[in-house]
Amino acid sequence: MSAIAAGAARGRSGLAEHAVRVWRWARRNPVTAFGFVIIFGLIAIALLAPVIAPYGSYELNPSDILAPPSLHHVFGTGNFGEDIFSRVLFGARYDLAIGFGAVAIGLLVGCTLGALAGFLRDPVDEVTMRVMDMIAAFPGFILAMGIAGALGPSFVNLIIAISLVNVPIYARLMRQQFLVVRDSQYAMAAVGVGAPPARILRWHLLPNTWGPIFVQATLQFGYAILDAAGLSFIGLGVRLPAPEWGVMVSLGVQRIVSGEWWVSFFPGLAIAIAVMGFNLIGDGLRDLLDPRRK
Amino acid sequence: MTTAPLLQVRRLCTEFVTPSARLPVLDNVEFDVNEGEILGIVGESGSGKTVTALSVTKLLPAAGRVVGGEVLFRGRNLLALSDRQMNKIRGEQISMVFQNPRASLNPLLPVGVTLEQVLRAHRGLHGEEARRISFELLADVGLPDPARVLRRYPHELSGGMCQRMMIALALASGPSLLIADEPTTALDVTIQFQIISLLKRLREEHGLTLILITHNLGVVAELCDRVIVMYAGSIVEEGPALEIFDRPRHPYTLGLLASRPRVGPNGSLAGIPGQVPDLRDRPPACPFHPRCKYEQDVCHEQAPVLEQASPGHRVSCHFWREIV
Amino acid sequence: MLIYIARRLALLVPVLLGVTLVTFALTRIIPGNPIDQLVSPLASPEQRQELIKQHGLDKPFYDQYVVYVKDLAHGDLGTSFTTSEPVLKDLSSRFTATFELTLYAMVVAVLVGVPLGIASAVWRNSWVDHVSRVLAVTGIALPVFWTSLTLLYLLFFRLHVLPAPYGRIDPRVTPPPTWTGLLTIDSLASGHWAALRSSVEALILPVAVLAFAVMAPIARITRSGMLEALESDYVRAARSLGLSLQTVVLRHGLRNAVLPLITMIAVVYGYLLGGVVLVEQIFAWPGLGRYVFTAITSSDYPAVQGFILYATTIYVLLFLLVDVLYLVIDPRIRRGARAA
Repeated sequence: MSAIAAGAARGRSGLAEHAVRVWRWARRNPVTAFGFVIIFGLIAIALLAPVIAPYGSYELNPSDILAPPSLHHVFGTGNFGEDIFSRVLFGARYDLAIGFGAVAIGLLVGCTLGALAGFLRDPVDEVTMRVMDMIAAFPGFILAMGIAGALGPSFVNLIIAISLVNVPIYARLMRQQFLVVRDSQYAMAAVGVGAPPARILRWHLLPNTWGPIFVQATLQFGYAILDAAGLSFIGLGVRLPAPEWGVMVSLGVQRIVSGEWWVSFFPGLAIAIAVMGFNLIGDGLRDLLDPRRK
Repeated sequence: MTTAPLLQVRRLCTEFVTPSARLPVLDNVEFDVNEGEILGIVGESGSGKTVTALSVTKLLPAAGRVVGGEVLFRGRNLLALSDRQMNKIRGEQISMVFQNPRASLNPLLPVGVTLEQVLRAHRGLHGEEARRISFELLADVGLPDPARVLRRYPHELSGGMCQRMMIALALASGPSLLIADEPTTALDVTIQFQIISLLKRLREEHGLTLILITHNLGVVAELCDRVIVMYAGSIVEEGPALEIFDRPRHPYTLGLLASRPRVGPNGSLAGIPGQVPDLRDRPPACPFHPRCKYEQDVCHEQAPVLEQASPGHRVSCHFWREIV
Repeated sequence: MLIYIARRLALLVPVLLGVTLVTFALTRIIPGNPIDQLVSPLASPEQRQELIKQHGLDKPFYDQYVVYVKDLAHGDLGTSFTTSEPVLKDLSSRFTATFELTLYAMVVAVLVGVPLGIASAVWRNSWVDHVSRVLAVTGIALPVFWTSLTLLYLLFFRLHVLPAPYGRIDPRVTPPPTWTGLLTIDSLASGHWAALRSSVEALILPVAVLAFAVMAPIARITRSGMLEALESDYVRAARSLGLSLQTVVLRHGLRNAVLPLITMIAVVYGYLLGGVVLVEQIFAWPGLGRYVFTAITSSDYPAVQGFILYATTIYVLLFLLVDVLYLVIDPRIRRGARAA
């Protein structure tokens, strides 16, 4: 801390100054900062997994089946002697990728639909929103189950299923933001001055709509991981032997009653930590963007 | 009359706390209210009139905080009381009536239910007796057909009826002091007149002491015995109503009186140049100096204090003597 | 007012039709020949051809959909591959088990979450507020299937305070005579104390897990609703009248905060319906969740589709109930309804 402060004092602008500002923000918002730490940590783990994992994710040690946590196997081993710690590390890649994919696709499709509905008004608006209502009439997880079940369990289908279920959320949000901003004074002023629609879109409408959508996307990232893990747990998502956290938990179900708790525990803990991280960030962002704070 | 004033406010300072700053809103507000009188507090929006009332009754919103001073009601410092003790005082001793009457009533409850709650809490009344008293209270404020009105929801009553209901609620427990914060601002002009007449009558019939907060000088002239003029969180002038209107001493008061629209051939509307300052940008020393045509150097260096111009008439300005 | 309710019911029809359309579309996007969903994989080619004709699978999409809806109107959700029974019968018989579970989970979540939310709002930024917010975030983040397994391990395997996951009631205990289908109520009503005790014990863990997961949104919405109510003009006026904190918070604040809460309860029930699929299997609970879990693993398509339709219909009807409750609670909506 003192080195940074000294650096700033010496007049070195840019990175040092930036770092100090980030530090101060983190001290004022410790909970949100903690969320960021978690998520950056997970991203780092996902990227560095091949380097830091002591074993391969498919490496089996038949002599060491169902060994409890120890120095050799920090999280213990599973049904086939696989090292759970390494698999949890590699699992970060799967779950983060699924979360990202689901949110990205949902955002893109949803926001486009919502923007079109808000911009073009009826009949596009009415039709789009009716379709969104139809999708939203289903409980989320159950619809995802239906889609994943219909398409067949796979990594890609999982992403498709979860993203489709979330499209109405972004569509509605985007449309609402659009409707509010579209009729606002400065947008009208821009039209009055003769600015082309594309320009209005880019400079006036979009900058004001991203806030709540970003908050929602962050929260949905966590829930997407939760849904993905749940679907994989019942066999509708990523399948064995891939080291996805949900599937890993399902491997341990039978082992609970025989006392080998670690098989399910650690992958599930990873899920919880990831979801919590995104929730903390999302909540923090929401508070930050709350107009009442200003 | 040498009895002590009913309410004595001394050096009242209130702040609003935001995540980024602490904003002073009231700066050493001091005034007395004598038993049986009607005190008017006037000023533009943002002058601190409502905050003063909320500070006295300890009903500030979550961000508000009284940071200094005393509020003596019958000799007791209200600011030092616990929440429970203060709750006893509210309703029974001091009541308030607010600006938007319909919004002050719970939209989900018939108005009679709230009245029942008040009667039960403060006067221990139930059932038939409570109902009888309710009818009396409604008659007192001029609401006809009380049985029907008590069953109604706020959105089913007109603005004027809601305000009468609020007054009935406020007076239900027999307080000695009623603070009315812009009681007529949200109402039609004809209704305004009715409410003002009502307040006048209630003062006469019940010996009520009234603090009337308003920006409408006509109402002040009609009703008030004494007037306090507030600007940007400070009291700038204080005195008997007639004198304030007849011989104002503070440049702001002068400006206020001059800016009243006058019926007749005399032409243009006079205004006060500039705007009420934002809470964040309160001018140093005398808060009015940026808009004052008598402004000189000392005005932004040294804060003026309330000085006596004539008996009962105080003004806070360095140059009140020179102002005609 | 009855007209308003009737209108709301009428609006339900397009929603339900939409739901059937989506469910039907799902059956048709399954890669491969649709006949495979209706026929056991063991059938011979001739049987398949016959059944294709019989089920009208050689007809265009729209016609097939109409047939589908007609069947649904007659209560025909198809026949399960695994049980060989009509799916509707399978679902109905297992409904009460799931209902008992979700009902208690909902009740517990509300009984814990609402006071937490109120306390958070009334004593804002105090330790109560922080603790409840931490609990809220944890509740949402922990996957229900993981929490179930972990607690099962700790409380059953390790500490032996809770029974083994054998289902709703210890197999050695005689179940009570069926009245409502809810074992707890039935045991209580008929005085079968052993059955009552066993069914309650069996409920503790799954209910706790589900309640904890959904307690968070309940506490949150209560908190935000209360905060808004407490900052309102009518609460300020109520306080100025010297009404007690209790009266102000409960009769004025909470009453208004309850509206968004009701909607949230309906939304949260949707989570519960999804959650039982994960949890019932772990506890060997003989409800809808376990049924569909088994159906998924054995590719019993009619059963899965039937479940989706069944669960979603319950969900949609729940929102209708919410609308009616709004009518009861908020006189302003009543006025709008009367005028309509």
